[in-house]
Amino acid sequence: MRLTRFQPIAISAACNVFGNGENRRSKPGRSRLAYNCGVERGSSSAGSFGASSHLISGMAAIEILGLEKIYSVGFWRKTPKCALKPLDLRVEEGEIFGFLGPNGAGKTTTLKLLMGLVFPTSGTAKILGREIDDPVVKAQIGFLPEQPYFYDYLTARELLEYYAELSGVDAGVRSAKVRQVLDRVGLHDAANLQLRKFSKGMLQRAGIAQAIVHDPKLLFFDEPMSGLDPMGRREVRDLMEELKREGKTVFFSTHILSDAEALCDRVAIIHQGELKGVGAVAELTSSVAGQVEVAWRGGAVPASLKSLVIESHVAGEMVRALISEDKQDAMLDGLRREGLRIISLTPVRSSLEEYYLRRVQPSMASAGARS
Amino acid sequence: MKPSSRITVIASGMLVVCLAASVVTLRKIDTIRKGATLEEVLYITSPKVLKRLSLGYNGLLADIYWTRAVQYFGRNFHDETGKYTLLAPLLEITTALDPQLIVAYEYGANFLAPAVPGGAGMPEQAIELTEYGIRNNPDNWRLYYDLGFIYYQDLKDYKKAAEAFERGSEVPGAHPWLKLLAALMAEHAGDIQTSRLLWTATYENSADKNIRANAAAHLRALQVDQDVPALEELASKYHERTGHWPGSFRELAEAGMIPGMPVDPLGKPYKLMADGRVVVGDPDDLPFIQKGIPEGYKPPPKPKVLPIE
Amino acid sequence: MKARIGHIASNTFREAVRDRVLYNLIAFALLMSGAAILVGQISIDIERLVVVNLGLTAVSLFGVVIAIFIGIGLVSKEIEKKTLYTVLSRPVRRWEFIVGKFFGLAGTLAVNTFFMAIGVFAALLYVSHQFQASDGWILVALYFIVLQFLIVTSLALLFSSFSSPLLSAVFAFSLFIIGSFAEDLRGFAAMAHGLGRWLATGAAYLVPNLSALNVINSVAHAQPVSSQLILANSVYALLYAGMALCGAVLIFERRDLK
Repeated sequence: MRLTRFQPIAISAACNVFGNGENRRSKPGRSRLAYNCGVERGSSSAGSFGASSHLISGMAAIEILGLEKIYSVGFWRKTPKCALKPLDLRVEEGEIFGFLGPNGAGKTTTLKLLMGLVFPTSGTAKILGREIDDPVVKAQIGFLPEQPYFYDYLTARELLEYYAELSGVDAGVRSAKVRQVLDRVGLHDAANLQLRKFSKGMLQRAGIAQAIVHDPKLLFFDEPMSGLDPMGRREVRDLMEELKREGKTVFFSTHILSDAEALCDRVAIIHQGELKGVGAVAELTSSVAGQVEVAWRGGAVPASLKSLVIESHVAGEMVRALISEDKQDAMLDGLRREGLRIISLTPVRSSLEEYYLRRVQPSMASAGARS
Repeated sequence: MKPSSRITVIASGMLVVCLAASVVTLRKIDTIRKGATLEEVLYITSPKVLKRLSLGYNGLLADIYWTRAVQYFGRNFHDETGKYTLLAPLLEITTALDPQLIVAYEYGANFLAPAVPGGAGMPEQAIELTEYGIRNNPDNWRLYYDLGFIYYQDLKDYKKAAEAFERGSEVPGAHPWLKLLAALMAEHAGDIQTSRLLWTATYENSADKNIRANAAAHLRALQVDQDVPALEELASKYHERTGHWPGSFRELAEAGMIPGMPVDPLGKPYKLMADGRVVVGDPDDLPFIQKGIPEGYKPPPKPKVLPIE
Repeated sequence: MKARIGHIASNTFREAVRDRVLYNLIAFALLMSGAAILVGQISIDIERLVVVNLGLTAVSLFGVVIAIFIGIGLVSKEIEKKTLYTVLSRPVRRWEFIVGKFFGLAGTLAVNTFFMAIGVFAALLYVSHQFQASDGWILVALYFIVLQFLIVTSLALLFSSFSSPLLSAVFAFSLFIIGSFAEDLRGFAAMAHGLGRWLATGAAYLVPNLSALNVINSVAHAQPVSSQLILANSVYALLYAGMALCGAVLIFERRDLK
């Protein structure tokens, strides 16, 4: 049994959100009703998860219905290549939504479909209740593509001014906003440097800058942390949380689960063009069978407590023991009685990684078997 | 989420409109610029420079100029201007770019040399052009023929014509008639039979339809030039015999002097005048005739050479 | 809408300038100076001819090369480098992008031609020592050359919207050559028969009529250009460029940007 690290997320009953309809305890304020998490089309039923679910009224930030993309590859004999199977998804305003999946899963395709860069084979999508190509919508979204490349003959300031112009930012406030955004992403000193001289991290920051310069309500980031060093990734994560605090919605794709776990309210997992799972991070990583890990300074488990312990592990001067949640208080009392120094008490949860692998692995295994 | 249908409709509509309008404008431009491209030929003072400028693509450029020459010739033919001022430079440039374009020399001989309105009236230039052709194509007997033809037809220099035919007859594979023509030049240059032989040779040995039409017209004219004096002589004999001129050809026929009603090579009946002269029915259809021309007839500015059947 | 087109156009202009396109003016200046000096040594009477012929031909050819080389990349480079993604995710319509690019490059060529014109007139002044009234027609020839650029640019842009840079260059260049002999092509078509005639005529009218825009030789000989022709050519160039742009818009509107 894997002992996982601490996550400051509420304890809930183990729940595989998929079609079980089991009882869940939801943390107030954090949970959202997860619609359409089935793989099959047509399972777009609302409210199928019990009376405790909160009904969200009003318009979704992003609403995707049956969005599908099939490319025909090849010059003579056109072989169809399915990049995205019919997708149903809903993202609410003000949340950070993570779109997870391995490379080639269809994340970028989905983003491109939402940006209007490619046209769907079938299905629709709405942003803020309007059509994708509505200019009103486009003025309120910001997009950071994967490994972006910008006009390298422009300086950072010129680039942002250009993008601000195109997004319809008022001429009067343009320069001020550009300056503001440059400061915010930490490119103040490089404002007049041509982009061809930028490092990868600086380019990523410039990319974020152009996505936020016109103060959009929704942000779409495609692998925003790729190629960044840990400090850069930290900065981007902080920025994304800042954006959420400002009330913006952030939809980003990534294959780095730790980022998703740290940032997202909800995630969707996609693999080989198919949606494999959707849900609040809290629920997807809920604890397993109500277990708790206790760690104390010592060399062994005291005999009196051995009956409480499911599993234990000693490393140096520290003992870690896995106990059942309801035995928690008894254990703590017992340790205090023995005069042992308690180091930590951690709920045991499955990680997002486990959930992810569970969702992705079967298909990978079957894909392996097929090929 | 689909490509905007409004834009598609507007853009398609504009495309069609622009296309149609551009075709109309293009036709207008063509009429404004009629012949402008050709007249530029006058500005090319040095065909050799042009050849160098063509960067090795002189064959293609020669073909383009040749096409222009043919169009020019055809247009002037149909436009009744009767002038061929640009023909000489066009042919010179074409042959400078491609000295092996034989048909260009043939055009020179047939249309550059003859007097206006049948040609450009530049026999010396035609000679120069043909000599240039001979220098570049010494084994082509046709060019010697063309040279002799110019001397014979337009310059009436039978001696030089004989020389040319003689030179040509020595080329391996030459037409057997060349030797014959060389001999004829000596004594029978002025004969209609010689002329006939030459024009027949031209007609049979050229593939170009303009040259053949021209030769056919000349052959028809020669026929008329033979027929008319013959008929007039018969009329004269009748006059001698009966003391009065015949009123019509029927009388001659009844007198057994002619087998039937005489017609010109195009099938139109000859006309018998009161004073015994014979004229052709429609002189416009028979350019180049020297006999049988009605009194006071003014030939049109350009000869009406009918297409050959 | 107009503002966005203007911004895209001026950015395209900026890109061309920073790509050091205008350096071609240096090569041009050297050429003109060299020619003017050389020609001054040769016999009288044709210096003017040579300067005008050489100068205007160089303006035309340099410009066409620039139009094609930059034009073919206008769209394909942006797609390849993905700079287009961040532009089209903004309230910029796809057709505005095409039109903006067109005006940007056309503007670049116009500016380039302006400086070259100064060079031509300077060389002309050097060899003739004074201007003649008939030199005014040189301006008309230059105007026609600019019209030619509009057509070539629009064609390069059309090809760029769906084809790789190499193929676009080949197509655009071929159409430029054929277009320079468009009048001959029409004459050719008139002499053909049957199916060949229909095909040739169709092609002859689709190909850009660049031969009518070339009055270089005439103005070199101080011949005037009829105002009818000026009007007709202007209309034609606008119609043709409009046609090519509509084509580019139609293609680009429905293209998946992979």
